[in-house]
Amino acid sequence: MDLGSINPVLLLASLMVAATPILIAALGELVAERAGVLNLGVEGMMITGAICGFAAAVNTGSPLVGFIAAALGGAGLSLLFAFLTQIALANQVASGLALTLFGLGLSALLGQGYQGIKPPPTGKLDIPLLGDIPGLGPVLFGHDIMVYFGLGLCAAVWGMLKYTRAGLILRAVGENHDAAHALGYKVVRVRILAILFGGACAGLGGAYISLIRVPQWTEGMTAGAGWIALALVVFASWKAGRVLLGAWLFGGVTVLQLNLQAAGSALPVEYLSMSPYLITILVLVIMSADKPRAPASLGRIFHASQ
Amino acid sequence: MLKLEKRPQPSRLWTWAAPLLAVVLTMLLGGALFAALGKDPVEAIATIFWQPLFGEHAFYYRPQLLVKGAPLVLIAIGLALGFKAGIWNIGAEGQYIIGALTGAAVGLAFYPLDAWYIFPLMVMVGALGGWLWAMIPALLRVQFGTNEILVSLMLVYVAEQLLAAMALGPLKNPDGYGFPGSRNFQEYPAAHNAEILGGTGMHWGVVAALIAVIFAYILLGRHILGYQIRLTGQAPRAARFAGVSPPRLILFCLGTSGALAGLAGLFEVSGPAGQVSIDFNVGYGFTAIIVAFLGRLHPVGIALAGLLMALTYIGGEIAQSNLGLPSAAIQMFQGMLLFVLLAVDLLTNYRIRFKAAQVA
Repeated sequence: MDLGSINPVLLLASLMVAATPILIAALGELVAERAGVLNLGVEGMMITGAICGFAAAVNTGSPLVGFIAAALGGAGLSLLFAFLTQIALANQVASGLALTLFGLGLSALLGQGYQGIKPPPTGKLDIPLLGDIPGLGPVLFGHDIMVYFGLGLCAAVWGMLKYTRAGLILRAVGENHDAAHALGYKVVRVRILAILFGGACAGLGGAYISLIRVPQWTEGMTAGAGWIALALVVFASWKAGRVLLGAWLFGGVTVLQLNLQAAGSALPVEYLSMSPYLITILVLVIMSADKPRAPASLGRIFHASQ
Repeated sequence: MLKLEKRPQPSRLWTWAAPLLAVVLTMLLGGALFAALGKDPVEAIATIFWQPLFGEHAFYYRPQLLVKGAPLVLIAIGLALGFKAGIWNIGAEGQYIIGALTGAAVGLAFYPLDAWYIFPLMVMVGALGGWLWAMIPALLRVQFGTNEILVSLMLVYVAEQLLAAMALGPLKNPDGYGFPGSRNFQEYPAAHNAEILGGTGMHWGVVAALIAVIFAYILLGRHILGYQIRLTGQAPRAARFAGVSPPRLILFCLGTSGALAGLAGLFEVSGPAGQVSIDFNVGYGFTAIIVAFLGRLHPVGIALAGLLMALTYIGGEIAQSNLGLPSAAIQMFQGMLLFVLLAVDLLTNYRIRFKAAQVA
C-alpha cells in the first residue's frame, strides 16, 4: 500500500463533497423530526430526487433545473407520507418504510433509459484570489455551488430553529403537540410543511449524488445514504450545528476508505466499503450512551379529537 | 363535513376487510400505472394474478408459489413478533444473507463427504448465523439504548459487502475456472435442499415456514410470552408494571426474527438459488415487511399474504417476458400495496362521520 499517494489537501476537499448529500438530507430530516415527525423514508425520497434531478438535467441540459426537479420530486413523494401520517393517521415507522420501498421501485422505473448517460456538468465556483491560497484554497473555495448551499442551509436551519418565531412554533409542535394545539397552532399544517421541507432536502441530496458526486444514474445508487442521514440526526442530538460535524465525519470516513482502496490497501475492497456503515453504528452506540433527548412528541400520532 | 372519531377498539370487521380492500385498490392503481406505461391494464393485472394460478403453464408456476412464498412467510413471521411489540427489525435482509453464508460455509466445508447429518447441521448453523447477526442490534439496544432500526438496517449493507467478499474469496468454487460464486449445491446431494416431493415446490423451507406459522400462532394466542408481546405493543407502561422485562422481550423478538431470516436464507441458498453468489439475495427481507403488515401481523394472515406476494413475484416475471413490463414496475406495485394498506387502515381505528360544521 502506498499511503504517500494520498494527498491530504485533496482528501479534505473531497470530504466536503462527500459530506454534502448526507448533510442536506439530514438537515431536512432534522426539521421534520423537530416538528415531531419521524420519516424513515429518507432513502426513498433521496433516490427519487436523484433520478428526477438526473432526468430533468439531462433533458434540459441545465443542472439548476435538475436540482429544482429533484426538490420537487422529493417533496412530491413526501406528500404521500404526509397524507398517510397526518391525514390517515397511520403509524410513522411503517409509513416511512413504505415510502422507502415505494421510492426504490419508482426510481428504478423512472430511471429506465437513463443508464450510462453523463449529466450536464455543474459549474465550480472559482473565486479568483481565495481559491489560489495553497492548501486552504482547494479545500474551502474550489467547490461547486451546492457545497456552499449545504453550508448555508445548515446556518439557515440553525438560525431558524433558534431565533425565529416559526422555529419556536415548530419546536413547540414537536415537543408537545397537545399544548401547541391548545395554543392555537395548526399542528397538522406545521408538520406537513416540515415533511415537505424534509422531502425537498432529501431530493436535493439525492440529486447531488447523481448529478455531481458520481455523476451518472444507476439503480439503488444512494446505497444507504438516506439511512446514514437518519443516523446523523440522532448523532447530532437534533442540533443543526452538530449535523454538520457528523456529515464531515462520515464524509471523511467515506473518502478515506475510497482513497485506501485506490492506494491498494491489503484489505479487500469489500471490507473497506463496509467501514462507513460500521462507523455509523459505532457512533450511534457512543451517542446513545449519553442519552440524547429526542423531541418529546417524535413519532406520536396527533389527532385533535379530545 | 367529514370527521374522524377514534374507535374505542379497532374494528374487527375492518381488521380483516382492510387488506382485501387494499389489494383491490392496489390492483386498480397498478392498472392505472401499467396503462400509463402503455400496457393494457386488464391484461397486465390478469397476467400477474391469473396466469400463474390458472393459466396455460400453471402446472409450472404453482410450485413456484411455495418456493417464493416460503422465505417471505418465514421472515415475516419473525418480523411480526417484533412489530407487535414495537421492536423494529428492518435488517432481515442482512440476517438472511448471513444465515445463508454461515450455513453454506458449513456445508461446503464437508465437501465432498456424504453423510446424513450435513444438511441438518447446515440448517442449525444457518439459524444460528441469522440469530447472531440480529443479536448485534438487540444487545446494543438493551445495553446502550441504541436505535435498533438504524443498526439493523446498517448491518444489511455490511452483510452485502461480506457476501461479496465471501463469494469472491473463501467460498469461491475452486473448480469454477475463476468465476465468482460457490460450488453449486445441486451437485452435492448431502447438502442440497431438494424438493421433498418432486414437482411440487415443497422443499424443507416450506416445511419450516409451516411450522413457524403454527408455533407463532400458539405463541401469540396461548402463551404468556405472546401475551407480553401484545401487551408491550399496546401499552408499554402497563406492560412494565405487569412485570414484563423489556430487555428480555427485545432479545427474544430480534433473536427469533434473526434466526428465522437466517433459516430462510439457508434454505434459499442451498435449494432454489443453488449457490452463494454476489446477488443471490433478491430483497425478500424487505418484501417480508410488506408481507407482515399485509397479514395484519397475524400468523395465518402472514401465510396468506406471503402467498399473495409470491404471486406478484411470479406474475411479475411472466408479465416481464410476455408484456415487456419492467421489473421495477412490480417492485413499485408491491410498495404501493403497503401504502394503500396503511391508508385503508384508517377505517380500522377510526370511524368516519358526516357532520355539519358546528359553531364552537
